[in-house]
Amino acid sequence: MLKPTVPSDRLLTLETREQAATLLDRAALHYAQRPDADALIFIPFGKDEGERISYRAFFDGAGRYADALRGVGVAERDLVILVMEHSEALLYAFWGALMMGAIPSIFPFLSDKLDATLYFERVKALVTHSGAKALIVSPPFLESLSGLLKDSGVRVISEANLQPGSGKAHFQTTINGEDIAFLQHSSGTTGLQKGVALSHRAVLNQVAAYADALQMRPDDVIASWLPLYHDMGLIAGFVIPLVQGIPLVLMSPFHWVREPRVLLRALTHYRGTLCWLPNFAYNFMATRIRDNALEGVNLGTVRAFVNCSEPMRAESHRQFETRYTPYGLRSGALTTCYAMAENTFAVTQGGIAAPPTVDVISRPGLMDQHVARPAQNGEPTMEMLSCGTPIPNCRVQIVDSEKRPLNERQIGEVAVKSDSMLSSYYHRPDLTEQALFEGWYLTGDYGYLAEGELYITGRKKDIIIVGGKNIYPQDLESIADGVPGVKAGRAVAFGVMDDRLGTESVVMVVEAETQDEDERFEIARQIRMRVAKETEVSLSDVRVVDLKWLHKTSSGKIARGANRDKYLIEKAQEQQR
Amino acid sequence: MSDWNATRDTIRDFLLTKLIRNPRLKLGDTDPLITGGLIDSFSLVEVQLFIEEKYGFRPADIDMTVETMDTLKQMVDYVEANRPQ
Repeated sequence: MLKPTVPSDRLLTLETREQAATLLDRAALHYAQRPDADALIFIPFGKDEGERISYRAFFDGAGRYADALRGVGVAERDLVILVMEHSEALLYAFWGALMMGAIPSIFPFLSDKLDATLYFERVKALVTHSGAKALIVSPPFLESLSGLLKDSGVRVISEANLQPGSGKAHFQTTINGEDIAFLQHSSGTTGLQKGVALSHRAVLNQVAAYADALQMRPDDVIASWLPLYHDMGLIAGFVIPLVQGIPLVLMSPFHWVREPRVLLRALTHYRGTLCWLPNFAYNFMATRIRDNALEGVNLGTVRAFVNCSEPMRAESHRQFETRYTPYGLRSGALTTCYAMAENTFAVTQGGIAAPPTVDVISRPGLMDQHVARPAQNGEPTMEMLSCGTPIPNCRVQIVDSEKRPLNERQIGEVAVKSDSMLSSYYHRPDLTEQALFEGWYLTGDYGYLAEGELYITGRKKDIIIVGGKNIYPQDLESIADGVPGVKAGRAVAFGVMDDRLGTESVVMVVEAETQDEDERFEIARQIRMRVAKETEVSLSDVRVVDLKWLHKTSSGKIARGANRDKYLIEKAQEQQR
Repeated sequence: MSDWNATRDTIRDFLLTKLIRNPRLKLGDTDPLITGGLIDSFSLVEVQLFIEEKYGFRPADIDMTVETMDTLKQMVDYVEANRPQ
């Protein structure tokens, strides 16, 4: 059992929200009042259990990074980018930057697939355009990144710069609620242009409102393997537990991918109660773990698995439920959420008081009439899994292309207004202005409202979401464009739902002049390889097609939706042959 | 046919039909699978399950990495070196 942590009247809820102005006020409270309680457990690779880290040890550890940053001249409100593997050190570094009033931002870590040189160049590009004052890096990166940034004036530090000893926490800054707490970035060339800047006030508003929606309790325990450069991992799997004072059991995404049972064992061993997962993880864990690896697993303490960050499927829930009910999974423990970094995280939450609604609607109604209505006269139907109702500080409306509100069950763009919204895209007022309309954030998602619940039906923007990670097709297309043999400007990337995996897979179609099969094969191979090295994305299919195959819009752009439809029709025909 | 070739054909068939899902793709023994963008690292768990089911031993989690499992040849060598006699 973990040591009891926060008294119930000390959870940050809408009632107690005014007691804290910044994240540091909450950290100082836990440090002073419950120094020996368990703040977190980090499970190292290959292990099922990890060392317990108390609030005192955690914030003292963060203090070492705060001192190191001050030591190299970083001031309050300076941006600090963390280029670190998913490790305890990353956790300390993030809170160390916060502790001295700087603005931390976590950069996705170099994976086996990515090309290291390109990766470092991307770090440099982000540092340059964001005006970062310092980088904190994992030790193996110190030399490369110091060399690359030596004329930039940016200080690069790693564990080697820390003073020996356990460090000391200190929470005195001039930071107030309106100051930026941290930035969240999406990955890829396009995503890195948009650093979502969140104020302390916005983050605390989210933490408080979401606690109400989740009916959070002092004895909750959160378990997570999610990466911290992503909003779900950063907020639900790191910031919320530390701010609330409830224990976090954390493992790395690399660990979970290789050994998915580690999450289930952690939930069992530490009596986890809350766990956020993207939809594909339900399929993955339902099908990729052997029965004999589940010996001793008991999920009876989990009151909510929260499905979030990519389109949710009722079928994924069914698979997970079938597999894990024999292991104690409670009926009603599978819940849903709609979230985005621009709103700090959650917009809606479903399934806490009662199981999430499944709305069965007419497919032609949705596709042709843009309305979510019951099927008539034997029409084909589709199941829509509710995202739940807006959390207390959020409002949701559905708008048409002229931004006028639509009625119940009419399909339109989802717009969100809340007090946990981004302050701006960092140093990009132009992008901030485009994204907001009269205080409403236009999400780029299509959906409808029915009896107060939100359903997401599709996407206005061309973004592809794989395993909860946003991928911008234009990044992939520009890589394909550089492959010899591809007709310039004639590449299109799009996502296709893969029901087996429970997430989207990515397809690329390119035009080429050559008719030679071997040359086309080589073009496809080069595209796959370059896309993997530059973006980490594995393309599920690469089609090299004849010239003039691709549809263009009237303005001469490649039409992703129309080409996706054409691809799917051709593929279905091939499968029938 | 030698054991090695038979194992190669079996694993190649599995990769092409179940993971890459393109049986017509020409997959060479040393073509990079993960770093070449043909499969992602999530797929290694499926490779691990397949080897366990087909060859009667469970590859260690620590061996299921890009360094050790990035080509068909690496997978076949691993199975041949570790399968129960």
